[in-house]
Amino acid sequence: MRRGARRRRLPRRVRVWAALLCGVLAGTLLLGQLASRPAPVAAQDGGGGREGVPGVTSALPRAALLAEGRRLFAAGCSSCHGDDARGIAGAGPSLRGAGAAAADFYLRTGRMPLDAPDDEPRRKESPYSERQIDALVAYVGSFGGPPVPAVRTSRGSLALGFRLFQENCAGCHQVVARGGITTGAWIPGLQQASPVDVAEALAIGPYVMPRFTRLTPVEVAALARYVTWTRQPDDPGGWGIGHIGPVPEGMVAWLLAGAALILTIRLIGERTSE
Amino acid sequence: MRLLPHPDPIRDPVRFVDRRLGAAGLLRSTLRYVFPDHWSFMLGELALYSFVMLVATGIFLSLNYVPSDETVTYAGSYAPLAGRQVGAQYDSVLRLVFDVPAGNLIRQTHHWAANVFVVAIALHLARICLTGAFRKPRELNHVVGVTMLALALVEGFLGYSLVDDLLSGMGLAIAYSVAASVPLVGDDAAFLLWGGEYPGSSAFWPRMEIVHVLLIPAAIAVLLSVHLLQVVRQHHTQFPGGPRSERAVVGTPMWAGYALRSIGLFLIVAGLLLLLGGLVQINPVWLWGPYETALSTNGAQPDWYLGWLIGALRLMPGWELTIGDDTLVPNPFWGGALYPLVVFAILYLWPWLDKLLWSGGGRRHELLDRPRDNPRRTAAFAALATWVFTILLAGSVDRLAFRTTISYEGQIWALRIGAIVAPVVVYLVTRRICEELRRRGDHPLRGWSGTVVERTPEGGHAPVRDEQPR
Amino acid sequence: MRALQVALAWIGLRLLRRLPRRRPRPPREPVEAQRRRRAQPPEALSFEAEPHRGSELLVAALLLAAALAAAAFVVFYVVWPDTQLLGLCLGGAVLLAGVACALAGKRVVPQETAAEPYEELHDERAVDDVGAIVREAGEGVSRRRLLAGAAGLAGTTIGVAAAVPLASLGPGVDDRVAGTPWRRGRRVVDGDGRPLRPEQIEPGSAVLAYPEGADRDTLEAPVTLLRLDPDTLDMPAARRAAAPGGVIAYSRICTHAACAVSMYRHPLSPATAPDDALVCPCHFSTFDPRRGGKVVFGPAGRPLPQLPLQVNGDGELVAAGGFIGAVGPTYGGSREQGS
Repeated sequence: MRRGARRRRLPRRVRVWAALLCGVLAGTLLLGQLASRPAPVAAQDGGGGREGVPGVTSALPRAALLAEGRRLFAAGCSSCHGDDARGIAGAGPSLRGAGAAAADFYLRTGRMPLDAPDDEPRRKESPYSERQIDALVAYVGSFGGPPVPAVRTSRGSLALGFRLFQENCAGCHQVVARGGITTGAWIPGLQQASPVDVAEALAIGPYVMPRFTRLTPVEVAALARYVTWTRQPDDPGGWGIGHIGPVPEGMVAWLLAGAALILTIRLIGERTSE
Repeated sequence: MRLLPHPDPIRDPVRFVDRRLGAAGLLRSTLRYVFPDHWSFMLGELALYSFVMLVATGIFLSLNYVPSDETVTYAGSYAPLAGRQVGAQYDSVLRLVFDVPAGNLIRQTHHWAANVFVVAIALHLARICLTGAFRKPRELNHVVGVTMLALALVEGFLGYSLVDDLLSGMGLAIAYSVAASVPLVGDDAAFLLWGGEYPGSSAFWPRMEIVHVLLIPAAIAVLLSVHLLQVVRQHHTQFPGGPRSERAVVGTPMWAGYALRSIGLFLIVAGLLLLLGGLVQINPVWLWGPYETALSTNGAQPDWYLGWLIGALRLMPGWELTIGDDTLVPNPFWGGALYPLVVFAILYLWPWLDKLLWSGGGRRHELLDRPRDNPRRTAAFAALATWVFTILLAGSVDRLAFRTTISYEGQIWALRIGAIVAPVVVYLVTRRICEELRRRGDHPLRGWSGTVVERTPEGGHAPVRDEQPR
Repeated sequence: MRALQVALAWIGLRLLRRLPRRRPRPPREPVEAQRRRRAQPPEALSFEAEPHRGSELLVAALLLAAALAAAAFVVFYVVWPDTQLLGLCLGGAVLLAGVACALAGKRVVPQETAAEPYEELHDERAVDDVGAIVREAGEGVSRRRLLAGAAGLAGTTIGVAAAVPLASLGPGVDDRVAGTPWRRGRRVVDGDGRPLRPEQIEPGSAVLAYPEGADRDTLEAPVTLLRLDPDTLDMPAARRAAAPGGVIAYSRICTHAACAVSMYRHPLSPATAPDDALVCPCHFSTFDPRRGGKVVFGPAGRPLPQLPLQVNGDGELVAAGGFIGAVGPTYGGSREQGS
């Protein structure tokens, strides 16, 4: 009887299935562990806790710094922003009044220099060294504008930061700061943003982000604290699968649960349809 | 020889019941009931067992949930919400997650079970439509099944909307808009359901709870019983081959082989859902925060089984049908109401479409087709599934845009065209593949299996090695 | 003492098989014959009952492991109710038990194939009988049409009457009591309830604001305040005047499906970045604030309504009237409110 012939193969199938199940479980747990590790902080943030000191950060005397900054500016920035930093129509805007905060934000996160004026600036490894960035920041800051802000995240409460983030930021950056999209632009996740990055972005409103100048220093600190917290949100439920909700959940339902269940019924039921 | 009449642990209780209800004959035929046991026939059981898990975990949840939108100050252990004004429903769920032992396990198991429930129904529906199991005499059962699918979608939506978190709150606002967009009756219907203009009255929450906890589960339970009774009455369909025929169903009797396998499957489904509920986080409502009318977040989607609706809402251009100053058809109607109506109409009418277009005639069928045996029916189902899937993709395309740097507008335009072109292409390709497979007699995945023989000079046959036909 | 004597007597009689049995039992059939009788129908096609000792051991082992895991669940529940541990233990226990059952069903119990005939589902004689029986009730009834008509009328009207209380679930659209919370002179306040002044709205910023003292949860309440260069506003003069100094207010609620329009796209460098726009994160309806909230992309069918503003005597921002255009998702009468 064919049934008897099939039965001789069953023990192997059972073993295979048991092994597969163990593998799936182990893999799930391992991936969960990996996914919940904090995201590595980008090098240019100086190790993550950068809270900033207003004004010049380098030990060089200010005159030398400005000279170096002028030199670097002429070499790398003037082609779009003009020799006098007053901007070139259709290319780069004027940097007069942009302030050290803007220069620091764009340069330290690698958003500037930009390959083409119409590109969206994105975070990347900066071609400049720390000292060169200091010099450029000092030079651009010499034209006036907001200085590099100081942020003490301990001044703000997590609860205040979450409420402010929900009201002002979640629409673009997603409520757990995973980033998103709008018509015409891409919006970054904020896991790599340091507290100073947050404060600077709120002050200048980079690319298509609005400015949030009404916020008090306590509120800025609270937001910075919440953004830092989103690097490792509370996951009492297990593997966080990205913290963006139903899209990865649906994928797990189909590709993990659905696949496992189809495998199960293939093993329990018969396979022939002839 | 025995001192006392010894008890028979099986006959005695059965005799007890039989003396009072005359049930032994029924029990005998139940134990001998024959189940054809192809693996694809167990997809419906996956849905059934997910439903059982939903009811079991749901009872626990309903005993902990507070259906009130009264504002309370959160005083629990989750720091980012400390001192926040939240609704009492949201507060009760947070308490369940953080302060009730096993509370989060049961809540997550419930939500995973809901997602897997619809996955199982979708697979089961595909099996039914592709193999012709809906044909006479089973058209009524097909209608009952499609109704349960519709109820499952609504039930799932209501379930996660009870929490009043940011994500589900946005979904409720959209649901209100879709309800209000139904021509002529929509705005009054939306007012009735919500108890007034959005956000509605406080009665909305207990109202939604009663529908989710009592009305729809009762409806599903009744329909499920009707569904299973029909299967028992008519016996299960089976694939042709061997001793299987239109006259007799061949398979494993209920006792003990099939019962053990079925109970085993239930426990495996339950175990898998519990494992997911403990190990993989789902719907972290504490991360989303409470809902307020003025708040929204990027990257918000409904649960996967409603992704086709958000996709349709995003893909539709901004058309609204007006007559003078009167708006007859607001925009959300097209994607949110008309589109699902069309899809469900096709699903409901599938047996009669099949009679008209693909099978011809109203003969009673007990034997199933393999999908390739009816190429046009299989291709039509594949096209329908492609239409739904392409639009479902549009619902999550913002996450795709986020990852691939293709502009959102570009992807929307591509999917608008794709939603029309892809089903046609899939229909033609699928039909061709089915016809080809039928002609060649190959297994779709394993290919041709057999041996090529040649006649030997002695007059016998000998296999020729390493040769394929053609 | 007496009870003991009765019991001994009863046992003795039983031993001697003198006591009649309680109920007569049919003579025992031989096992094979029993099976053959039971198997028709359904007709047994095969029956294999070889022992598989390896599988039996495996099933027992799985069940024992399941028991251990279930016990572990109880312990963890009491001692350390961590969701992952609880899920692993209970899920593991149930899963192992399930594997054991399935394995037992395929390898331990006898494997049998049986056939059962599909039943005849059509009994034309019974169909005729039913028709005749039902029609019998009409014999001797002379006023059939009158009775049928009356019954139909009663049934329909009672059915409709029974459904009417559903209307008590909510008010009708025409009965809506909530008017707009924005009246002429009502102050515009921020999330903390503080009145806003035009100079607090800097160019490039977006401020979420509410009507002072009103319910914030209604669709009409929340607005977004922007400041745009008045010379760049492409709107009729009356609407430009409703934006004092370029400070302009739009409804926060999308006219597509009632989500909050929480994205404000503002280019730092207008030459190289997309223009100002209010964008909704649900379905990405994009509204141009310089052109009266006109829809430039997405499924919204109506522009975002503008809230006309003016500055009161104390230099605070106040509403100058109700919204220009209906707030929130379109319904039948949306366009009657004018634009």
